[in-house]
Amino acid sequence: MGLTYKSTGLSVNTNKLEIIKESENDYVVAVAGNPNVGKSTIFNALTGMNQHTGNWPGKTVTNAQGKYSYKNKNFILVDIPGTYSIMANSVEEEIARDFICFGNPDLVLVVVDATCLERNLNLVLQILEVTPNVVVCVNLLDEAKKKKIEINLDILSSHLGVPVVGTSARSGIGLQELKDEIFISTMQNFEGETLNIQYDNIIEASISKLLPYVNEIVKNKISPRWASIKLLDIDDTLNESISNYIGYNLLDNKNIVNSLHEIDNDFKNSNINKDNIRDILVEKIIEKSELIYNSCVSLENKNYNSKDRKLDKILTSKLTGIPIMILLLILIFWITITGANYPSELLSNGLFFIQDKLIEVFNNIGFPKWVTDLLVMGIYRTLAWVVAVMLPPMAIFFPLFTLLEDSGYLPRIAFNMDKFFKKACAHGKQALTMCMDCKILQNVNDIKYYFPNAITFVFVSHHVIADVIAPTSAIPLTTAFHIQLISVTILKNILITILLHKLLFYFFSNNYFVFPDKRSCNFL
Amino acid sequence: MSNKHLSLNKLPIGKRGTVSTLLFQGNCRRRMLDLGLVKGTKVEAVQKSPSGDPIAYAIRGAIIALRNEDASKIIIEY
Repeated sequence: MGLTYKSTGLSVNTNKLEIIKESENDYVVAVAGNPNVGKSTIFNALTGMNQHTGNWPGKTVTNAQGKYSYKNKNFILVDIPGTYSIMANSVEEEIARDFICFGNPDLVLVVVDATCLERNLNLVLQILEVTPNVVVCVNLLDEAKKKKIEINLDILSSHLGVPVVGTSARSGIGLQELKDEIFISTMQNFEGETLNIQYDNIIEASISKLLPYVNEIVKNKISPRWASIKLLDIDDTLNESISNYIGYNLLDNKNIVNSLHEIDNDFKNSNINKDNIRDILVEKIIEKSELIYNSCVSLENKNYNSKDRKLDKILTSKLTGIPIMILLLILIFWITITGANYPSELLSNGLFFIQDKLIEVFNNIGFPKWVTDLLVMGIYRTLAWVVAVMLPPMAIFFPLFTLLEDSGYLPRIAFNMDKFFKKACAHGKQALTMCMDCKILQNVNDIKYYFPNAITFVFVSHHVIADVIAPTSAIPLTTAFHIQLISVTILKNILITILLHKLLFYFFSNNYFVFPDKRSCNFL
Repeated sequence: MSNKHLSLNKLPIGKRGTVSTLLFQGNCRRRMLDLGLVKGTKVEAVQKSPSGDPIAYAIRGAIIALRNEDASKIIIEY
């Protein structure tokens, strides 16, 4: 953390679970929430960093961290992957769960989507079972207002037993209050009562059986109630995480194992088994979410989604969906290509003017011809050509693409195209399509991550062919010249490859695209 | 409303049903539970994609697209 963060997303530290506090005055705040609720926007707004935000879920893959100061205290924010649950059904959820449960955050900031509160409460309630040090941030209040969804934050707060702050992070509303609340909540040790989900009698009875033994072992490290509930529905990874964290395997404890046997017998009598225990637990949480939702949200207009629905009908219907998509994409490419011509010409004129000047300078200095050829005709000219041809279209295409992304049209494309994608690449992970938000969009992401690599590859391979094969086959050459040509070409292409890739990478990462995973850099 | 049981992908567009059984096992089942698909959840079929698969459903205030192979494993009362 001693490094100065540049305002690029690339400098975001992505180490898992390694939060280094600089001093006692540093507080670690985990930013959790469902996918696509604006966690990264809030993260950026608070830290002043420029991590890429995007209107698609699953954008943050690993824990990214940033820092800000408020009233002489330092807050280290950890942007954890968006999840619907912390029951660890996927890698992201495991990362999220491990950080919330075992990462020792001083506070968990749960960001929820005001337009979709009921679904979001599921995660809030799950996190409240783990820790009482929670602040809930109801984001996208502006969107909710547009849809005439009224949320009573005070009632929500009293139900949950933790502070609730409303924000519209994109327009900066509520961020000051949020900072205040984070400050107050981290300074004071939590004393109040948070909400405990009341399960069915038989589950509660089994929790009470385990609680005293678990309490003795876990002490204050994790919530004993949560650990007891998890023991009823234990899996290997969770048990390993808990064991690593508290330094003791709960399943090694005789009392606990005996109680679990007893509980198993009780469960058998009431038809509860390993397969449906999770259902029973989740059903209660969802029931509670529904209850809280109904008590604090009022819809002025029951059909608040009708406008969106009508638009969706047009954008995704059998008759108009695909034609509109194709037209839109053609329009974007047309704007890109036509719009890029003018600046391209300007750039190439300017850059080739410099090339002529460079040749003059090199000749005046008296460099041998092959040095001039290598440096100016080879490296400079190719680079100039790349910049002139590629930069303008990229500078036009990517903002347009970002517009599409922000408008939320990309999930609709995914929805329209899913069947084709499925045919094209049906692998195991895609077997279960969760929602239009999440699965297919990964393909769109992939394209963006690999775009610089792909351009570089195509370009370089084209050039190797043009430089080596074309001249050698066209003109009869002496062997000496042949070797010289090939070595110069190889050197040139290596240099161009490095430069081009760095350039593209820099452009992508600083403007519209940040590679969430540094491994993507390993191109050369 | 009659008490007809059918799989979710057969629910006509614009109609609502109530989840009665999930035929998933393991991870898929957990994912469905996370989306709020438990017994008693009301689901409305909102929109078919151009190819008819996937179909978008309104589930607890969120629009979620499910492929027919998955929706067929959700039994609803309609």
